[in-house]
Amino acid sequence: MNDRFEVPARLKKTSIALMAIGVLTLIAGIATLLSSHVDTERARFWTVLLHDGVFFTLITAVSIFIQSAVSLAQGAWLVAFRRVPEAIGANVWVFGSIVTVVLLLIVFTFRDSHGVNTIFPWVTPGDDEIILGKSPFLNKGMFIFFTLAAVGLWSYFGIKFRAMSIAQEKAPKNDTKIYWKVFRLSGVFLLVYALTQMSTIPWLWVMSIDTHWFSTLFSWYAFASAFVSGMSLILLWVIYLKNQGNLGLVTKEHMHDLGKFMFAFSIFWTYLWFSQYMLIWYANVPEETFYFKWRQQGPYSIIFYANFIINFCMPILILMARPSKRNYFTVTFMAMVIIFGHWLDYYQMIMPGPLGTDWHINWYEMGIFMGFVGILIFTVSRTLSKASLVPHNNILLKETVIHIA
Amino acid sequence: MAIKKFAVAAYDDEAVLFPAVKKVRKSGYKLHDVYTPFAVHGLDEAMGLKETDLHIAGFIYGLCGTSTAVGFISWIFTSDWPIVYGGKPHFALPAWIPITFELTVLFAAVGMTMTFCYLNQIMPGVKKHVFHPRQSDDLFVMAIELNEHTPEAEVIDFLKTTGAKETNVQMAEESWWYGRWDKKEEYEALNAG
Repeated sequence: MNDRFEVPARLKKTSIALMAIGVLTLIAGIATLLSSHVDTERARFWTVLLHDGVFFTLITAVSIFIQSAVSLAQGAWLVAFRRVPEAIGANVWVFGSIVTVVLLLIVFTFRDSHGVNTIFPWVTPGDDEIILGKSPFLNKGMFIFFTLAAVGLWSYFGIKFRAMSIAQEKAPKNDTKIYWKVFRLSGVFLLVYALTQMSTIPWLWVMSIDTHWFSTLFSWYAFASAFVSGMSLILLWVIYLKNQGNLGLVTKEHMHDLGKFMFAFSIFWTYLWFSQYMLIWYANVPEETFYFKWRQQGPYSIIFYANFIINFCMPILILMARPSKRNYFTVTFMAMVIIFGHWLDYYQMIMPGPLGTDWHINWYEMGIFMGFVGILIFTVSRTLSKASLVPHNNILLKETVIHIA
Repeated sequence: MAIKKFAVAAYDDEAVLFPAVKKVRKSGYKLHDVYTPFAVHGLDEAMGLKETDLHIAGFIYGLCGTSTAVGFISWIFTSDWPIVYGGKPHFALPAWIPITFELTVLFAAVGMTMTFCYLNQIMPGVKKHVFHPRQSDDLFVMAIELNEHTPEAEVIDFLKTTGAKETNVQMAEESWWYGRWDKKEEYEALNAG
């Protein structure tokens, strides 16, 4: 069995090419958008970086959450491909650093021609009563504290879980010391995660863009969106590695479980998406409905409906049947569709506030997205190649081999 | 609905049961069923049972629930008794989604439960022949249907070679029956004669 992964030259070249496209787009963006005199063009330069940075940070951080949730439940199904979420989680620091830099630059440097920060209006509240009322939470100090704490803790736990799992290979046979250490730390991480990605981080990074508006469900909804994309990302890596002849222990049973997660959490996402929408629609309070007025009936309606069709109708109809969850082509296709769909979902969370009617999905958006994909492929494949892909000596290894979905 | 002759073998170990099931399938005898005290992983595959179509039934029940809810509510609120409330249009779809969802789940759940009971022949008031009283306690019981081409002595000898702890031949109703009528006396007469 081939348990070492060597980064194929083609994958490396592709990832470097994608990163080069990203860098070139960024330079072109600085030359055209950032130096433009139009306020929305300058806002677009930053919001696109913000959108991709937030999206990729959140979906990679999901890998740490999955590992810790499964470790805490003493689940064995993940162990067969445990190195994949570990490798993704160990690279959260890359995207975390990028998004931290982008967020701080937006908060401290971005102002439109009237001296107002249109991306995070709470930075320059003026005499707006509603924003001033929220200032005990929405202020620069809180923002920087939660951003640094979340990114720092995610990076630490991501690297730590992988290091502990690799240390288990050298531990004496059937030694459970590291296993219980991972178990305890998983509990700690879930608490950290609940206080960051499941609550404060989406409030600060995404919801505060529409400062006047709030929704108590928002963070769960943003988490569900990230979770299902994070699952799809893991699935794409697992299938890629299987195609390279690695991960011989992963069978259709494990793929079926991953497919179930993609299916179930697409429905979960829809449930939260609709719960948020329906209450606001029903109550019909103007200070809440303007959020959906822009998205559903305004210039973003095409994304609003595409979001619903791609992220609900397609998964429920295509992934419902058992054979389609065990078919490698269907799950690969659906994983890509879901990642794209939730990328659109984050797009419509972020863009209407700063850009209004002047939104485009164009060379700049695509170029930056490709750049982030390049970084993801480059860093994760490099991390994967550094250790054995089979978690030797893991005490659940036998259980994962005989696993039946 | 017919009374047939069965060769019954009881095993006390899963590790013996699995090769025995494989041998029976290979030999060509007609495997009627295997009764176990708990769900044994992989036994369905070993017995060669095909994947159930219960999910498809569930999907259809769910669709029935969805269309019942949407059809009924929209008929009431748009044509039978239209009321303006909360400034909403008569055809206020988002407000109906929770009820539509609940009815979809209800129809699918109740329909699938009943179909499941029907397929497994476990309705209240339904009786089925028990091949061995310990099949729900600590023994794995396999029943093989006999016919004129499979002499019972040959089958019993074969079952003993597969490691069965107990073997016997029984006349039994192969299917289920409904009601209070008990076939015990009829069986006893048949098995004695």
